[in-house]
Amino acid sequence: MSTPRLTQAGARFRTGHFEPVSFFCTGLTGAATLLILAMLALILVNIAWHGAGGLSPRFMFGSADRDMFDVNKAGVGPMILGTAARVILMTIFVIPVGVTTAIYLTEYAQAGALTTRVIRAAVNNLAGVPSIVFGLFGLGFFISAIGGTLDNLLYAGNPQPVWGKPALIWASMTLAVMTLPVVIVATEESLRAIPVGLREASLALGATKLQTVLRIVLPQALPGILTGGILAVSRAAGEVAPILFTGAAYYMASLPRSLTDQFMDLAYHVFVLSTQSPDIEKSRPILYGTVVVLLLLTFALNLVAILIRARVRRSLRQLG
Amino acid sequence: MQSDGAPARLMPKTPPGARRSVGWMGLARGHRAKPGEWLVEKAILLVSFTAILMIFLIFLFVGREAWPIFAGTMNSSLAREFQDIIPVEDMARTPAERLRQYLGLTREQFAAMDHETKRDLMQLRIEAREQAPDDKDALINTTEWRYILGPYQWTGYDKPEYIWQPVSQIHKYNIVPLLVGSLKATAMALLFAVPLAIGAAIYVSQLASPRTREWLKPAVELLAGVPSVVMGFFALIVLASLLQAVFGYASRLNAFVAGIALGLAVIPVVFSIAEDALTSVPRSFSEAALALGSTRWQAAWQIVLPAALPGVFAAVVLGFGRAIGETMIVLMASGNATIISWSLFDSVRTLTATIAAELAETVVGGHHYRMLFMLGVLLFAVTFLSNLAGDIFIHRLKARLEGRR
Repeated sequence: MSTPRLTQAGARFRTGHFEPVSFFCTGLTGAATLLILAMLALILVNIAWHGAGGLSPRFMFGSADRDMFDVNKAGVGPMILGTAARVILMTIFVIPVGVTTAIYLTEYAQAGALTTRVIRAAVNNLAGVPSIVFGLFGLGFFISAIGGTLDNLLYAGNPQPVWGKPALIWASMTLAVMTLPVVIVATEESLRAIPVGLREASLALGATKLQTVLRIVLPQALPGILTGGILAVSRAAGEVAPILFTGAAYYMASLPRSLTDQFMDLAYHVFVLSTQSPDIEKSRPILYGTVVVLLLLTFALNLVAILIRARVRRSLRQLG
Repeated sequence: MQSDGAPARLMPKTPPGARRSVGWMGLARGHRAKPGEWLVEKAILLVSFTAILMIFLIFLFVGREAWPIFAGTMNSSLAREFQDIIPVEDMARTPAERLRQYLGLTREQFAAMDHETKRDLMQLRIEAREQAPDDKDALINTTEWRYILGPYQWTGYDKPEYIWQPVSQIHKYNIVPLLVGSLKATAMALLFAVPLAIGAAIYVSQLASPRTREWLKPAVELLAGVPSVVMGFFALIVLASLLQAVFGYASRLNAFVAGIALGLAVIPVVFSIAEDALTSVPRSFSEAALALGSTRWQAAWQIVLPAALPGVFAAVVLGFGRAIGETMIVLMASGNATIISWSLFDSVRTLTATIAAELAETVVGGHHYRMLFMLGVLLFAVTFLSNLAGDIFIHRLKARLEGRR
């Protein structure tokens, strides 16, 4: 690790020593960075510009029970509720498993052991599985295998499937599998950042390892776990592919009442509005409005996560 | 600092003094765990296997639905059942077991049916035979591998061609157009994203002042927070018209537009991993170069970048995996036409978009359904391999920086 003074010395080298190729290339990479930021800004400004006007309480909380493509009638209330429901359910499934895995990896696992390496490889791989494959998995495993079995056991002779069809719970579970690596990695990072001295002090006072983990380490890691959860939620809220076949509905007259109901979804609604609208020009304000709501949701969450993380890092740096 | 699962694979950030955590692992465990605690600790171990279990289950259950395609037990030929017709008059002479198989009934069904019903069923068979399409292609089992991968001259075509047309009278399942579509969109995305992302990574990690760096990195990574459906929407509504006005090509939605939008989604992935790799090169490397009188750029380009090269490769490989598996952007912006050509300005249909667009309309357990699951297995395999390659590159980087090689 370098001290800040050295870095500043390096900066002085640059100013003291002019070389045209270096100057040009530095400008080029700087321009690349700038271009990326400009494109991000273009996306955000375009969406905010066209979408902000369409946001009204009626649109945000109104129901979509009439024509969903009609500017004067459409509302995204049920979609917001549907997305919230699937995301909250997902959190309930993913946080305990993710945090436990992270605890194992940081506190118990031996660095080079086979188990550790296999778990790590699995987590990395899970993070790279395409979202549409998760959708297929949800259909093949949760709906056909688990749901189908439940129907056979509990509702034998019932012509309509109860569990073996797209449903809120299956969509949430599919998303939980998808966001597992996000939670594991964020929690692990925060656990690793906690000074070893804290654990040693606890052990020296006669605590067992589990007591140390649960009462000393875990409370310290809480902001990190929170970050992981928020990142998982923000990631899942914007995903459409995994819920296409596992629970999202094109249109529903009523809100989901049970775990086995389908639901309308904000992100899926963006897809529906942009591809299925009979007149894209007319429904444009609704489309932009829906995108703004979705972006506000995911971006606000992301921003909160980044801020928490930065604060945690700073405070831990002082502690360590 | 990453807002996605992917960029984090470059080992969690080790804070100063982290080497001591090894001591923590080996440290005597304080008091001996009580029996209850022992149980809890075993439970923790068990729960940690969930990730492994899930990878295994994904492979198993996506593969299970696609298995008949791989095993070759699927038959999509329209006239297959009628190739041997038993005339109704011969009914009395045919053995019961043979008749049962011919009618495709279970034993219970067969036993429950009276003579007349069986007779009607046989008559239906013969009628169905007469109504089967009068086309040589109707006899073909299109789920065989030679039709999935090789060209075939279908009735009405003047040369052998690769055709994906699952919802026509003859179900054509050639996946070559989809592979070409996926590769074209992915290549365009990487062509656009990799130079920008790596340039930005070099700038942010090596050239920018520490204070700029502090906000530049999260700002670029904010791009990862844009959901892919929003990126797809943006490509469809804004980018497509904009690019068409600039470049003046014919079809509004094509591999080029999809590639640019896909590139925007890939940039944060490549950037994060490349930036982490460049930052993990010890400062002393560039400080030595600077002390010898090089400029910051020379130090970054000639010293730091070569040292971090495996990590940069990993960034590109993982970016590839992300691009080829992305669904919503290509579904919305690529035009979804199965055209095989070299032009970037033609519409394409990718593997992922095909699954997303067609699965809802298929019969569960039918050949189209199974074929789409087969595409899923293919995607899973490709991304699995690119993840593996990425991991290997990162391990190589780690080994190199720790001086083990």
